[in-house]
Amino acid sequence: MGHTFAEKLLARNAGLTCVQPGQVIDATPDLVLSHDNTAAIIRTWRQLELPRVKHPERLAIVLDHAAPAPTTQHAQNHAEIRRFVAEQGIPHFFDVGRGICHQVLCEEGLIRPGMLVLGADSHSTHYGALGAFGAGIGRSEVAALWATGTLWLRVPESIKITVTGRLGKWISAKDIGLYIIGQLGAEAGNYASLELHGETIAQLSMESRFVLPNLMAEMGVKNAWLAPDQVSLAWVRAQMQDANPDLAEHFFAQAVYPDPDAHYAAEFAFDVSALEPQVACPHAVDNVVPIAQVAGTQVHQAFIGTCTNARLEDLAVAARILQGRRVHPDTRLLVIPASARVLRAAVREGYLDALLAAGAVIGPPGCGPCMGNHLGVPAPGEVTISTANRNFRGRMGTRDADIYLASPAVVAASAVTGRITHPAELE
Amino acid sequence: MRVSGKVWKYGDNVNTDVIFPGKYTYTLSEAAEMALHALEDLDPTFATAVQPGDVIVAGRNWGCGSSREQAVICLKAAGVGAVIAVSFARIFYRNAINNGLPAIVCPAAVAALEQGQQVEVDLAAAEIRCAAGVFSFPPFPPSVQRILAAGGLIPYLKQLLAAERL
Repeated sequence: MGHTFAEKLLARNAGLTCVQPGQVIDATPDLVLSHDNTAAIIRTWRQLELPRVKHPERLAIVLDHAAPAPTTQHAQNHAEIRRFVAEQGIPHFFDVGRGICHQVLCEEGLIRPGMLVLGADSHSTHYGALGAFGAGIGRSEVAALWATGTLWLRVPESIKITVTGRLGKWISAKDIGLYIIGQLGAEAGNYASLELHGETIAQLSMESRFVLPNLMAEMGVKNAWLAPDQVSLAWVRAQMQDANPDLAEHFFAQAVYPDPDAHYAAEFAFDVSALEPQVACPHAVDNVVPIAQVAGTQVHQAFIGTCTNARLEDLAVAARILQGRRVHPDTRLLVIPASARVLRAAVREGYLDALLAAGAVIGPPGCGPCMGNHLGVPAPGEVTISTANRNFRGRMGTRDADIYLASPAVVAASAVTGRITHPAELE
Repeated sequence: MRVSGKVWKYGDNVNTDVIFPGKYTYTLSEAAEMALHALEDLDPTFATAVQPGDVIVAGRNWGCGSSREQAVICLKAAGVGAVIAVSFARIFYRNAINNGLPAIVCPAAVAALEQGQQVEVDLAAAEIRCAAGVFSFPPFPPSVQRILAAGGLIPYLKQLLAAERL
């Protein structure tokens, strides 16, 4: 009997020849992420009265969740984190404006296939897009990792999803992800390792691939994995501006692939060739309908941003739709690029000019209003359509404000009409 | 260890944004302050009426969404003695154990317990006692029991570090 990605990776990490689902292992992550919550983690870690963190080179800290600081208190947290980074000599620190943690770590070449990455952020599943095992953990667990370098993990059961079919013109990875969550439900992947297989996945661009493991956190998965290949390598090579042929060997050195005869707790297959744009309705990510069912709903705010959908190709499709058009007078369009690199590239490509000419508001790279800290909190009674990954009640800072989730193309088209709109209607 | 109090009953897929809103995550650092906002966007009556030892009884996938540990800390600081659910989202479950808040999976008890009823949870006996009867739940594995007994992951690590220093 063969083994799944999770079984093979966790067995190797724990120094065991073989592990079974349900087994608890002592895992040693290759990289441990924290963000603005690092300030709280520092205070927890100080309770242990240790002079040094165990492996400073294995920590990555990114200031993104409320950055630049919206209040004095946020600023004090950031200042405390900068002092800690200097005190402990943590090399992988990315300050305000560099971008959203998950995007930045991938751009910086810190994520490679086969790595174990644990982060104090539920969307740490993101790293599966490059073939790593990425999982979210709590703040206390990060403090424990700073102290000991190891953490218990339960070997998850694995779920295999195979996606086939050619995507329609306005259909993207976001639609695939929302569709799967809508079909299977918010708990379908709880505790499980999800593997995404199939020709449709393999044909996605790297930027599109990032959407899926990120979004699959909303199905409760521990991690979500895509097969790393030449597309992954080419993206990382371009990001690192590294033409060295040795990069390939280094990049794939630890890659892990599931065995063909691995055992899965569940297997699902989806043909997406007839898929329509999908929209997650308030107040749950699995409350998904085809766009026709909600088309025409008025939106006061359209938000293109977050770790799910604010990369260059997302801004490109938005710019294409908004080129020569105006944002509806009763709607605000907010665009927050995932990283400073994405922002620079969007300037270079002329996307930002098209967006600004249409009346968009551009925010500094970071998480923006995704979880209600700043930069676009809705008023009570207002409706937002967003490219983010969560639409829970109160998520954007206001309890009585509806959030719909959709692809960048749908959000851009909706910004033009002021109503939830299929982009094909603007053609 | 025993917990005894009143039941607060909720449904399926209650997420951490409604347990502890994201807008407070970087501004509130004291547990007592967090307690004032517990379940703010789910049940605005909870934070003022909850009593020490009360128990949350919930459906499937309690605590889905964000990894924020305050979703556990605010409940514990508000006096919640245990959460009994049909199932838990995995990060909430880890955070609960790591902060010494018993997270108990017992679908039969969830089905039997009603809002406002008295309930007693006996962790040592792995039993839930209420008007409808006694419900057993699988005991926690030894590693989890050690963390719960120490009061959470950080107190547990402190014990280990102290022992190594001896």
